[in-house]
Amino acid sequence: MRYEAVIGLEVHVQLATASKIFSGASTTFGAEPNRQASAIDLGLPGVLPVPNQAAFEMAVKFGLAIGAEIGTYSAFDRKNYFYPDLPKGYQISQFDAPIVKQGQVTIVLEDGQEKSIRVTRAHLEEDAGKSIHDAYDGMTGVDLNRAGTALLEIVSEPDLRSAKEAVAYLKIIHSIIRYLGISDGNMAEGSMRCDCNVSIRPVGTNTLGTRTEIKNVNSFRFVERAINSEIARQIDLLDDGGRVTQETRLYDPDRDETRSMRSKEEANDYRYFPDPDLLPVVLDAGFIDACRATLPELPDARKVRYVRDYGVTEYDASVLVADREIADYFEAVAKESGQGKLAANWVMGTVLSELNQTDHAITQFPVQPAALTQLIVRIADQTLNSKTAKTVFEGLMRQEGSVDAIIAARGLVQVTDRGAIEALVERVLASHPEQVANYRAAADEKRPKMLGFFVGQTMKASQGKANPQQLNAVLIAKLQEDDGA
Amino acid sequence: MSTLNSLSLIEQINGLAAGTFSATELVKAHLDAIDRHRALNAFITVTPELALDAAARADQLRARGEATELAGIPIAHKDLFCTEGVLTTCGSRMLSRFVAPYDAEVVTRCKAAGLSMLGKLNLDEFAMGSSNENSAYGPVRNPWDLDRVPGGSSGGSAAAVAARLTPLATATDTGGSIRQPAALTGTCGLKPTYGRVSRWGMVAYASSLDQGGLIARSAADLAIGLAVIAGHDPKDSTSARDLVPSYRDALDSPLKGLRIGLPTAFFDHRMSDAMRTRLTTVIQALTDLGAAMIEVELPHIDHAIPAYYVIAPAEASSNLSRFDGVRFGHRAADPKDLNDLYTRSRGEGFGSEVKRRILMGTYALSEGYYEAYYKKAQQIRRLIKMDFLQAFTQCDLLLGPTTPGVAFPIGAKTQDPVAMYLEDIYTVATNLAGLPGGSFPAGRIDGLPVGFQLMAPHFAESRILNVAHQVQQVTPWHHDHPEGL
Repeated sequence: MRYEAVIGLEVHVQLATASKIFSGASTTFGAEPNRQASAIDLGLPGVLPVPNQAAFEMAVKFGLAIGAEIGTYSAFDRKNYFYPDLPKGYQISQFDAPIVKQGQVTIVLEDGQEKSIRVTRAHLEEDAGKSIHDAYDGMTGVDLNRAGTALLEIVSEPDLRSAKEAVAYLKIIHSIIRYLGISDGNMAEGSMRCDCNVSIRPVGTNTLGTRTEIKNVNSFRFVERAINSEIARQIDLLDDGGRVTQETRLYDPDRDETRSMRSKEEANDYRYFPDPDLLPVVLDAGFIDACRATLPELPDARKVRYVRDYGVTEYDASVLVADREIADYFEAVAKESGQGKLAANWVMGTVLSELNQTDHAITQFPVQPAALTQLIVRIADQTLNSKTAKTVFEGLMRQEGSVDAIIAARGLVQVTDRGAIEALVERVLASHPEQVANYRAAADEKRPKMLGFFVGQTMKASQGKANPQQLNAVLIAKLQEDDGA
Repeated sequence: MSTLNSLSLIEQINGLAAGTFSATELVKAHLDAIDRHRALNAFITVTPELALDAAARADQLRARGEATELAGIPIAHKDLFCTEGVLTTCGSRMLSRFVAPYDAEVVTRCKAAGLSMLGKLNLDEFAMGSSNENSAYGPVRNPWDLDRVPGGSSGGSAAAVAARLTPLATATDTGGSIRQPAALTGTCGLKPTYGRVSRWGMVAYASSLDQGGLIARSAADLAIGLAVIAGHDPKDSTSARDLVPSYRDALDSPLKGLRIGLPTAFFDHRMSDAMRTRLTTVIQALTDLGAAMIEVELPHIDHAIPAYYVIAPAEASSNLSRFDGVRFGHRAADPKDLNDLYTRSRGEGFGSEVKRRILMGTYALSEGYYEAYYKKAQQIRRLIKMDFLQAFTQCDLLLGPTTPGVAFPIGAKTQDPVAMYLEDIYTVATNLAGLPGGSFPAGRIDGLPVGFQLMAPHFAESRILNVAHQVQQVTPWHHDHPEGL
């Protein structure tokens, strides 16, 4: 039987508030264990939570960015369960009245088709601390630095049909939160974590199968692999006449498989009830309008504008806008150089591949937009050709100076003097009489291929500096000039 | 033997201001009294050094003319208010060694007013009880009869004030825990409006009902104390922003034309003849002062006890989850595993009434029972609040008994929790409605004191204190005290 997967994601995003959601403790990552936990985060007797307004602003911005209805009345509930890294024995979350109601995002499928994915809700909650199981010889360490960090939990509808769609959705969410500046989205540090709900059903049916939840997957790659391995496991089960049990599973990237963590029967009864320490939060239109006023241009809008203003293709635009800093970089170059397509080619080709190899953040990249702009200007004014431009770029990577300085130092000015090119061509033709004769004897349709040899030889003779278009034209003219003579 | 401790709060203030005695002499007199009456078991911790230090500071300031009015006046805190550097036990074995790194807001305000803390007062464990028999530190005895309970949960506060061990004691009231012990010890107790006094640092029993307040020897003394502890606190999200009026200025308003409502349910066949006689004398005094009595209905009042005993335990079950043996409080020796750590730490640390309420509350919040219990109880709560608001359209405040009868013998109700819970039958409704309520002496039955209760609209504490003060101008009951004191 053929199956289709039905997938929904729960994405936990750590909000970039300077202090925690209900206390004044700092949220910086990487401090000594338990040094960033205040009496409130430790849940000492008698302490009380006070909500951090910045978290509400960030949540509202996210809601506005996905076109969601904002919960003007939202309330906090307690989710009760015992765990050593949950100091109060309950997590403050939003159950009945989330701050962000239904919205949607658009993903681009592999075939270029767009698909709308519904976001059920997004709610504010506090993060738990961390249990450290392997460092203390049979004992568990508890680090509460993370406890109380503001989280936005973004819950999608089960609209995703493949691991690739799930990753595309996750990347869009990542892109939006980064654009909004509400989270660094760093999955390795746990600033963005993903639970995947996965079920399968025979193609053509509409009922939902029994789902499993894969907890805490922490990279785009692992999300794709975890979902694929879970789909495969479920298909094997059903094909063998078995049944999927509703349970929570963990993905083990080393073995590329999911394994059972707890079944539904063992699941906690969280005993949700309204947190009596916190009053319901009523947001007025002024607050929401103020959040709206600070919304940056979002990736979708930017994509449309890049196609319109810089003449780049839809596909190129979608790659360029995915990361706000890369998009800003591209736009600076495209705008200043007036060469949108060239800028897109350089950013997507050279710059992104360098970034991938070196793990640089683009803001720390050695070639900043002003330098790349200069380089592209010199290509456009034909001072450089693609080959010499590459050389100059390498010089820029090594911080050898400005574009013009590198051109001067290496004598890379393109030869565009027709006389000089003609002289070069004549010298090359003279030293290869046999090839010239063959060219002239060949049929028209074969000639373009044979021309490459002369182009290469002449370019080499010019040390790569000849203007390629001119070189081509002169060569063809010279070869035809004496044709049949 | 100094008798300075038998002076009322106002007399103490006047004596200090006139230089009749020093704060040091005053505090010493109270410390001596505490020592003489150790059999009452009113204190869990006595802090003579701190009290004398504060008194000495007050004397120095007063000599320089820089003292606040209350500088050096003794006070004692219910051991549910956190005190930086001083043990805070909540009457529980769980916190037998807990020293908070912060002061409760109430404690901070008392310090700022210059009051000297004598120590921490005994109570029912985590404020759960109506007799002060549920304390890991032993029962408190009623100064009127050492074989009887002082009421609870603020039994230590009431006994200490009745026995002249302190002129002023902080207390807390979740379902009657200030008013009931005040009534049973012949003292005056005020539970302010929910939100009037900060809950920061007041260890939570049932957060939506808990309210800090005071026990003293007269309405006028309460007015002085309330001015110290009332007011908005940004550390408590449920703290009210309403301005604090001058409670003292309101004391002398004439009662002519005041409409006092008598809830029919409070005066029905369940009231004993002896209690009716006491209430009738109070009503006569009020009538003589020019107030008019009208009968009012509180249609849902009989549901108050069951609703309270769902909501309060539900919140308690969650509030007390933080006592898990992981970060602070009692930890079982040599736990085998996590579950063993939890079950034995909590099993050993909590007393039986606390366990009973945690179990009841956990049950009431459980999946499948939430709607039938917690949600229904909240609906009843809203109806009761509406009953009161409706009644206050007809009258300015309500009058009733505080308790069904006099203080009962130690041990009389410990085997019958429901009989114990009915001690709160006249008091819980104001907690459910968030209203202020006060209990004031109404004379004695068989030699033991009983109280009358006043209930007012939200934030109308002044009205309660005004009416009680006027009654106290024309009746002698609040001057009654146990023989030999």
